[in-house]
Amino acid sequence: MHLSRRAFLGASAAFGFIPGALAAQSGDRRLVVVVLRGGMDGLHAVPPLGDPAYASARGGLALDSGSGAVRLDSTFALHPALAPLQPLWQARELAVVHAVASPYRERSHFDGQDVLESGAIRPHALNDGWLNRAVAARGNPPALAVGQTVPLLLRGAAKVSSWAPSPLPGLPQSRIAALRALYDGDPLLATAFEEGVQMEAFADSALAMEPEMAGGKRKGASAFPALAAAAGSLMAAADGPRLMVMDLGGWDTHSGQLGRMNQPLGQLAEGINALARALGPAWKTTVVVAASEFGRTVAENGTGGSDHGTGGAMILAGGAVAGGKVFTDWPGLAKAQLHQGRDLRPTLDARAVFKAILRDHLGVAARALDGTIFPDSAGVRPVEGLVRT
Amino acid sequence: MSKEAALFALTRFGMGAAPGEVAAIAADPRGWVLGQLDRPMAPPELAGLPDHASTLRRMAEIRKERKRDPDLGKDEMRRLAMAEAAARTRAAIASPSPVVERLVRFWSNHFTVSTQRQQVAPITGAFEREAIRPHVLGRFHDMLRAVTRHPAMLAYLDNAQSIGPNSPAGQKRGKGLNENLAREILELHTLGVDGGYGQGDVEAFAGILTGWTIDPEGGFFRYVPNRHEPGAKMLLGQRFEGGEVETERALLMLSRHPSTARFVAAKLARHFAADDPPPALVEVLARTFLDTDGDLLAMTRLLVTRAETWSQPLAKMRSPDDLVIATARLIGLEAGDDADRRLVQSMAVLGQPVWSAPSPAGWPDRAETWMAPESLMRRLEWARALADRRGRSFAAQEAQQVIAAGPATRQALEGARGTDALFLLLASREFQRR
Repeated sequence: MHLSRRAFLGASAAFGFIPGALAAQSGDRRLVVVVLRGGMDGLHAVPPLGDPAYASARGGLALDSGSGAVRLDSTFALHPALAPLQPLWQARELAVVHAVASPYRERSHFDGQDVLESGAIRPHALNDGWLNRAVAARGNPPALAVGQTVPLLLRGAAKVSSWAPSPLPGLPQSRIAALRALYDGDPLLATAFEEGVQMEAFADSALAMEPEMAGGKRKGASAFPALAAAAGSLMAAADGPRLMVMDLGGWDTHSGQLGRMNQPLGQLAEGINALARALGPAWKTTVVVAASEFGRTVAENGTGGSDHGTGGAMILAGGAVAGGKVFTDWPGLAKAQLHQGRDLRPTLDARAVFKAILRDHLGVAARALDGTIFPDSAGVRPVEGLVRT
Repeated sequence: MSKEAALFALTRFGMGAAPGEVAAIAADPRGWVLGQLDRPMAPPELAGLPDHASTLRRMAEIRKERKRDPDLGKDEMRRLAMAEAAARTRAAIASPSPVVERLVRFWSNHFTVSTQRQQVAPITGAFEREAIRPHVLGRFHDMLRAVTRHPAMLAYLDNAQSIGPNSPAGQKRGKGLNENLAREILELHTLGVDGGYGQGDVEAFAGILTGWTIDPEGGFFRYVPNRHEPGAKMLLGQRFEGGEVETERALLMLSRHPSTARFVAAKLARHFAADDPPPALVEVLARTFLDTDGDLLAMTRLLVTRAETWSQPLAKMRSPDDLVIATARLIGLEAGDDADRRLVQSMAVLGQPVWSAPSPAGWPDRAETWMAPESLMRRLEWARALADRRGRSFAAQEAQQVIAAGPATRQALEGARGTDALFLLLASREFQRR
C-alpha cells in the first residue's frame, strides 16, 4: 500500500511531521494497545479448563464446560463474554499469550501500570512510555491516545495526540487564531493546542461519514465499543494514526467476580470487533494487543473475588496476528507450581510480546528494542511467530 | 507586591479570586489564609443532606421493593447524586473560607471513594462530610480512623465482606479474607508504596481489619467479633493480639510511621507548592507531622507560611474541578437547578466528574494529566460556550484583577470586551494554572 500525495500532505498537515522513507514503506501497518487497568484476571478471561488443578485451585471462580466457555484447544477456553471473538479465532486472527507478566513482582496497581507502560524493569525508573519511544524509533508516524488524557505508555518526547468525542461545539477559526497568539511562548499549552487543533480538524473529516459520531461531537459515545469504532475509523484513514492507545478499566474484581467480569470482558470483545469493522481492509495489517498490569490470585478470596496477583494473559487480535494459537509455556496451577504459592507463575516476559510486535510488525530494529525502547532487555527475546510477516 | 501576594494566596491556597477579593485581602494575604484555618466555616450549602446510614437504609428498602418495580428509586438516587455534587460545588464557590474547601478536596482525594462502585455512589457526599471535613484541620489519625470505619470506604474497598478464615463465621461458611482495603490503606493512605511493607504485612493487616463491617439493618459501622480473625498477627514487625482494639492500634501505628509522614508531606507539598516540590519543604513538613503526631493544622500552617511555598510560581495546572470553581467565583453563580446541573456537568465534560476518580489512587495531581491535546481542547470549547452565554455582561477590567497576566495575555486582553474578554481570560495560560 502506498500513500497518495494527498494522504502524504494530509498526514503532514494533520500531525505536522514529514514521513520518511521508512514510514512510507510500512505506513499501512497499524498497532493498537489496549491497557486493561485494574489487573485483569487472565485465568478468568482465558480459563485453562484442561489444567487438572484448575477447578480445585479456583474454587468458586472456576468455570465449567456448561458455562458457555468456548474451547480453544485441549487446555484453554475463552470466557463466555469473550465468545463474540470466536469468529476471529477461527479466522486465525486472534491469539492469547498466557502466564505472562511484566518484570514487576509486587502487587500495586499503580506501580504495576508504571512498569507495564514505561517499559522499565522497576517503577518510576522512566518518565516516558515505551510506545512513545517506539514512535520515535519508527520515524514518528502519527500516534494517538483515545481519551482526554495521554497515558504514560504514549507519553514522551515524540509528538502524539489525544482524541475523544466531545459533546461541545468546536472552536471557530477566529478563536483559534487568537489562541495561537495567546499561547505563544508557552511550550506546554502551545504544543498541546496545535496538536489538538490538527486532530480536531482531522477527526471532523475522518468521522464525517460516521452516523454515530458525526463531526466527532456525538454525546454519550464514551462506552468502549463506540469509542473503538470511532478510533478504528480514524485509524483507517490514509493519513490517520498508525499507533494508538486505548484504556479499558473495571478489572479490579476483589468481590463478586463472576458477575463483575462479564461487563468489561463483553466491552473488550465488542470493542475489538468494532475496531475490526471500522478498520475494514486495514484490519489485515493491524495488531491489537490488550494487556493488564498484572493477573490475580489463583484461589478465590473470601468474597467471591480474587486479589492482586502476578501472571496474567494478553489478548491479541488483528489480521497481522498469527492467531488461532495460545502462546504459553504453561506452568500449571497446582499449589507447588504457583508464584509464592498464590499467583499464576509468569513464564513469559510481557516485553517479549511487545518486542515481537514492534520488530516483526513495525520493523523496529533490535538495537532500539534492546536499548532505548526496553532498556536492559537484551536477554528478553521477542516471541517468535506471533505476527504474520 | 501585596497585590501579587494576594493573588497568589487566592489562587494557590484558595479556589480562585472573586472580583474585588484581591483588593480586599491585599493588606494581609497570609493573614487571610491563616484566619480561615483559625475559624473554618461550616458551609450552609451542605445543610439538610442525608447522612450515610439513612441513605444506606433507603437503598436497602429500594432493593427489596425492586422486585415489584425494577426502576424504583433510580430517579431518587440520581436526584440525590446531583444535589450532593451541586452542594459541594456551590460550597466551594460561595465559601468565605476557600482554603478549607481546597483542603477538603485534597483529603477527599487522598482517601478516595468513587461513585464507580455503584453501591458507594449515593454516600460519597456523606463520606466527605462525615469522615473528611471534620478532620482537615485536626489529626491525621482521626481522619484515618474515621475514613477506615466509614461504610463508604468499607464498601468501596470490599472490607465490609471480608471474613477471618479462622473466625467462627469463616469456619462456618468457609469464607475468608479480602486484601483490598488493607493493601490500599498501606499503599495509598499511609506508608506509600515504598513505605516498607510486604505481602505478608498486607495479609496480616487484612486479618486485623476483619470484622469492621456495615450493619445491614442500620447502615452504619459495626464491629462483628464473630468475623474477626482470631490470634496474633505480625504487622510491620509488631505483634497484634486480636480483637477490635488491634485494628485501632494498627491504624495508630500506621498514622505515626515515618513513611506515612514522608508520604503525606510529599503529597501536600505537591498540591500546594509544585508538581515536583522543593525537597526541603517536604522534609520540614514530614518532621512536623512526626513532631506533632500528625497535626494537620500545624502542617497546613507551615505550608502557608514557608518561603519555599510562596516562591513557587503559579505553574500548577488547574484540575477541571479547580477550573470550574475558579470560573464560577470570577463570574458569579447563577441560581436554580439548571445552573447546578451545568456546574456539575461541566466537571464531567472536562474529565473530572465529582467523586468519580477512576481508581482508589484518586485524581493525579500533576500537569501532564490535564494537559493532553484533547483535554485542552475540551477546556477551550467549554470556555467558549460559557463566554458566549455569560460574557456579555462581563466587565473586562476584572480580567487583570484575577490573574497575573504576562505580556501575551495582556496584549490579547487589551481592548477586548464582553464575550471576547471573558473567553480570552478563561483560556489564558495564567487562568489555566494555579
